[in-house]
Amino acid sequence: MNWLAQIVALTAFNLRTLGQRLGSCASAIVGIAGVVGVFIGVLSIAEGFRRAMTVSGKADTALVLRSGSDTEMSSILDGDEARVVTDVEGIARANGKALASTELFVIINLPKRSTGTDANVPLRGVGPSSFDVRGDMEIVEGRAFEWGKNEVLAGRGAASEFKGLEVGASIPVGREKWTVVGIFTANGGIAESEIWTDAGVLQSAYRRGNTVQAVYARLDDADGFQDFKDRLTTDPRLNVKVVRQTEYYEEQSTAITRLITTVGALVAGLMGVGAVFGALNTMYSAVSSRTREIATLRALGFGSGPIVTSVLLEALVLAIVGGLLGAGLAYAAFDGFRTATMNWQSFSQVTFAFDVTPALLGRGIFYAVAIGLIGGLFPAIRAARLPIAAALRES
Amino acid sequence: MKFARLVWANLKRKKVRTLLTLASIFVAFVLYGYLAAIRTALSAGVDVAGADRLVVRHKVSIIQLLPASYEADIEKVEGVADATYSTWFGGIYQEPRNFFPQMVVNPEEYLAMYPEFVLPKEQKDEWLRTRTGAVVGRTTANRFGWKAGDKIPIQATFWSHGGGNKIWEFDLVGIYDGAKDGVDTTQFLFRFDYFDEARDNVRGWVGWYIVKVEDPAHADAVARAIDETFANSPAETKAETEGAFVRAFAEQIGNIGAIMQAILSAVFFTILLVAGNTMAQSVRERTGELAVLKAVGFTDGQVLSLVLAEALGIAALGGFAGLALSYFLISLGDPTGGNLPLFFFPTRDVIVGAAIVVFLGFATGFFPALQAGRLRIADALRRLA
Repeated sequence: MNWLAQIVALTAFNLRTLGQRLGSCASAIVGIAGVVGVFIGVLSIAEGFRRAMTVSGKADTALVLRSGSDTEMSSILDGDEARVVTDVEGIARANGKALASTELFVIINLPKRSTGTDANVPLRGVGPSSFDVRGDMEIVEGRAFEWGKNEVLAGRGAASEFKGLEVGASIPVGREKWTVVGIFTANGGIAESEIWTDAGVLQSAYRRGNTVQAVYARLDDADGFQDFKDRLTTDPRLNVKVVRQTEYYEEQSTAITRLITTVGALVAGLMGVGAVFGALNTMYSAVSSRTREIATLRALGFGSGPIVTSVLLEALVLAIVGGLLGAGLAYAAFDGFRTATMNWQSFSQVTFAFDVTPALLGRGIFYAVAIGLIGGLFPAIRAARLPIAAALRES
Repeated sequence: MKFARLVWANLKRKKVRTLLTLASIFVAFVLYGYLAAIRTALSAGVDVAGADRLVVRHKVSIIQLLPASYEADIEKVEGVADATYSTWFGGIYQEPRNFFPQMVVNPEEYLAMYPEFVLPKEQKDEWLRTRTGAVVGRTTANRFGWKAGDKIPIQATFWSHGGGNKIWEFDLVGIYDGAKDGVDTTQFLFRFDYFDEARDNVRGWVGWYIVKVEDPAHADAVARAIDETFANSPAETKAETEGAFVRAFAEQIGNIGAIMQAILSAVFFTILLVAGNTMAQSVRERTGELAVLKAVGFTDGQVLSLVLAEALGIAALGGFAGLALSYFLISLGDPTGGNLPLFFFPTRDVIVGAAIVVFLGFATGFFPALQAGRLRIADALRRLA
């Protein structure tokens, strides 16, 4: 009998006996499913946060801030500077107007629906071309705000997480009450966490004169970014820094993503150790309960290689079943779950949905396979090394 | 004690199983340590907030500044013992990922407001003499290897001085420690008088006020009185107890923290359940031997304590080693490199952990031990045959 046929025969034999060891197999499978589920679940939080932060970033959109500022919050540009920026060559135009929006970014306190405690909600003042610069905004309820009036549009995420953002409600801004006239979506991106209003109205409410905090500009094409940046940074009238929108949001998401991934990796690592113990336990008892059968097979002429392989394969089957189960559970429990958290860089709330991506599912299954292999290896070696005569005699 | 060898022999009979059980319990309690530390870190010090302190911020949001003149007005409010101010500087040391909080404060007032910040007398005197002086908490000092006498350049993201210069250089004159666990020792503090004179704009405005009340029982009434003082002024305020302020701040992290904690707890208890079940199983398997022991003259009580000693032994060995290792690892610092300013294993949770270890030993040993103690010799021996 050749090697491969031996492995197939042995593995089929092993798998048929699984039913008799249901208890111990089930505990190994559940253990691995738990690890994979937790692993995928925790990382889907980080993945969802990153997605919300980066999905609306476009490579052909540039963000202009005061030099030295790390966020819009700490940036300030006066009206003349903003005009120089919006007039510069390289910005795309639509209907004769430059696709550049001068914006303000402040935060206001609104109570969270879940706890009733105050949270920092971003309030953005935008210019007329802002909707065209973003390109993915859609009003799903109510209407757009009118320019020059104390009206706001709320992002869908913000409206679902914070109280007082229903259409028709009003929010306190400065000493006045502003009316919410509509709800918008932005393809699940960060803008959905924000409240939007006319920059001009916000300037007077906050006594900002004609200063703004950032300029968002859509470029003719993404490759023109370096030229655009050089034109602005070498202009003696300006003291600004220019970043791609994609890079800006990527940078903003690093702190939270790193925090969640570190904690997730730590937990999954510790649990993985536990699951390896579980798999070891199961496979050791599987091997020891079959001591005589294995010895009989060896006496019949089965090689130790096929025996090692068959035990490993059995462990792998358990691990993959556990992995699939865990991945399925994580997908059912976590995918699309909406929540909000603090983005420390902009000091304001970001609403997002957990995102169980195919890549994450793949990593989870891969992890399960690794646990199965480690858990199966030592018992497999023991099975192959059993002294035949002694093992046959064992009761 | 003379039966110690018997217990030891029982533990050795299935070495692999004993070792795996030990290791699982060990891992579970390492996890427990991190769970406690993360929970404390995410609640951002709610437990240590001063009951007699209020935080007064701008009504619309904390990023809006308040006039420095409010200090005198607040101190006139009945029930206020003392007030001081603080401002968020938000600068960058070398690169953005080296984040730590920088506050602009009045040294004497701030240290009086926070007696849990312990600064040696001579360093404090030095700070009062040095206008460009700064002090920093032990955690941040260790993180960057700073010592008194160093010059620390910080790049402002907003505040400039000398007509557009955003690099501020401070003379580090002291390092403060926390008087107890849970005190934030990541802050970098420097002087408001220097800052206010040097900055290019918005002179005379501060970030928020911290107020000490005479009687914590009347804190809410004092907070209302402060808000009424500034009602209908251009900068209205919101005053609340430090506990409420910190809690609202911690809530902003949202249910992500809660979800992570739920997952960790579920993992912890699952591991304990599995390990406990294995331990109980190993006693049940030996029913026959226990009957033999009783047949040769062991009393019920002795059999019971033998079994209990074994279970307690495994739980204690694995559990205490796990607690010790997590205590050690956590004391090395926050695994994310600065995102969790308060990262420590609270004493209360260490005690609860130890109690869980003992409970685990009792729970897994007690019922099999009770059964073993009640065993009727003849029945058990017959089962053997």
